[in-house]
Amino acid sequence: MTEHLDGNVLAGPLSELFRDDMTTAIGRCAHCGDVSVLATALVYDAAPGWCVRCHACGDVLMTLVWAGDRLRIDLRGVTALEVGD
Amino acid sequence: MVGAWLVGTVAETRKETSTGRSILLDVPDWPGNIAGQHVDVRLTAPDGYQATRSYSVASAGDGSRVQLAVDRLPTGEVSPYLVDDLMTGDLLEVRGPLGGWFVWKPEQTAPVQLIAGGSGVVPLVAMLRSHGASGSTAPMQLLYSVRAPHDRFFADELETLGNVTYAYTRAVPAGWPSPPGRLTKDALAAATLPASESPAVFVCGPTGFVEAVATWLVELGHEPGAVKTERFGG
Amino acid sequence: MSIFTRGFSGRGRDDNPALPPGQYLTEDFPVLSAGPTPTVDKADWEFTITTETGETHRWNWEQFMALKIDQVDTDIHCVTRWSKLGTSWRGVSLDTLFADVETSAGYTMAHSYGGYTTNVPLDDLLDGKAWIAFEFDGEDLDPEHGGPARLLVPHLYFWKSAKWVRGLTMMENDDPGFWEQNGYHTYGDPWQEQRYW
Repeated sequence: MTEHLDGNVLAGPLSELFRDDMTTAIGRCAHCGDVSVLATALVYDAAPGWCVRCHACGDVLMTLVWAGDRLRIDLRGVTALEVGD
Repeated sequence: MVGAWLVGTVAETRKETSTGRSILLDVPDWPGNIAGQHVDVRLTAPDGYQATRSYSVASAGDGSRVQLAVDRLPTGEVSPYLVDDLMTGDLLEVRGPLGGWFVWKPEQTAPVQLIAGGSGVVPLVAMLRSHGASGSTAPMQLLYSVRAPHDRFFADELETLGNVTYAYTRAVPAGWPSPPGRLTKDALAAATLPASESPAVFVCGPTGFVEAVATWLVELGHEPGAVKTERFGG
Repeated sequence: MSIFTRGFSGRGRDDNPALPPGQYLTEDFPVLSAGPTPTVDKADWEFTITTETGETHRWNWEQFMALKIDQVDTDIHCVTRWSKLGTSWRGVSLDTLFADVETSAGYTMAHSYGGYTTNVPLDDLLDGKAWIAFEFDGEDLDPEHGGPARLLVPHLYFWKSAKWVRGLTMMENDDPGFWEQNGYHTYGDPWQEQRYW
């Protein structure tokens, strides 16, 4: 079995870019249209960077790559993000 | 700001198990935290190389003293340092508190079922502590799957924190009614609140454990949305 | 600005001359993956090379196993900083697979079951530098390590050695693959420490 983590672990890295806690943000998958909080995404961290996948269809939502002291986030598979209580 | 790195000073370390310990940190700028949140810990080598990992916070509430608990992973890079090398008085960089999803707040009134595998008990201990400190009347109970009695984190405190059921996978205490073994769906059903009570369920542990338990819970009738998971990795 | 952590040096920093800069030695074989492990049955497996004209060369498992098989002993270097020395593989050289391929394009994109991609210049696949490997340490390659077959390009960082490889597509330009689009170096020479852009 390939190990993965939950989207919870994205809280720290995404705080580099976003003011609000993004693990409770709602994201829409560009591939299957599933709408879920990012905390439920699948995070494959055993890779050159982190690959974040949709919990419903498994497609790539985003990638995070730490290149030295820079963090690069690619949001290719997220068509919408929503924050707020 | 959520993402700022804070500097904490190690106030105390406590041996919890043969491979794990808890770390009490004084973090002057800590804003307090909700039970279940985590921190990122960042280590920096003399040549500038950095390693960052996430660890659950065992403490909850106000105050600037933060408790982490860490299990040493044999092939890990950060956990062996935290378990074997870190000393009282050392400085440690942390970012947090982080995460607003895998959390329990005292104003929540639904019954709560906590399910831990190994050191996955840490954020759930924070929930039990928060529950106790707040005088919450919501029912809360813990099922703790662990290898052996001496592998329990916060063993003494759990005796006093209330409703805890143990499932031992490798070794049982003397006189235990059943032999050790992997948690099964039937044992899970027998030891947890039924779906009919609509509990909020928090599951934390290694990937395989969380995967199995979450699947069984849904098969037992729990709403998928009522089951919150936190997997930890290597 | 961060503070230094007393007593923390990070793993490795070995002086072993067989190790590229910034690498540490490991004896085990860490599993790195950007997604779930795909299940690929050898009965359904195929490997293709598609040229810039659209011409496709195709091998099923049986045809592939009938090709000349090389024994490969080599060191491997992962961008996550571990290196493993003296690994032992069996596989089919890309020289063998390209023997009848007519192409003037200089670059390839490796495609995997599961959707992963990585770009490699053609020159880095030829002259005994790369294989499609199906055996590690005398055993069938584990699915978690890329079985039934993976690309093996050991002189580049190991993310170039695409697991579960199913084909190569020739490209006129060096278009970036999955990780290369997102911050990793387009070439990835461990001795030059080409980790990131």
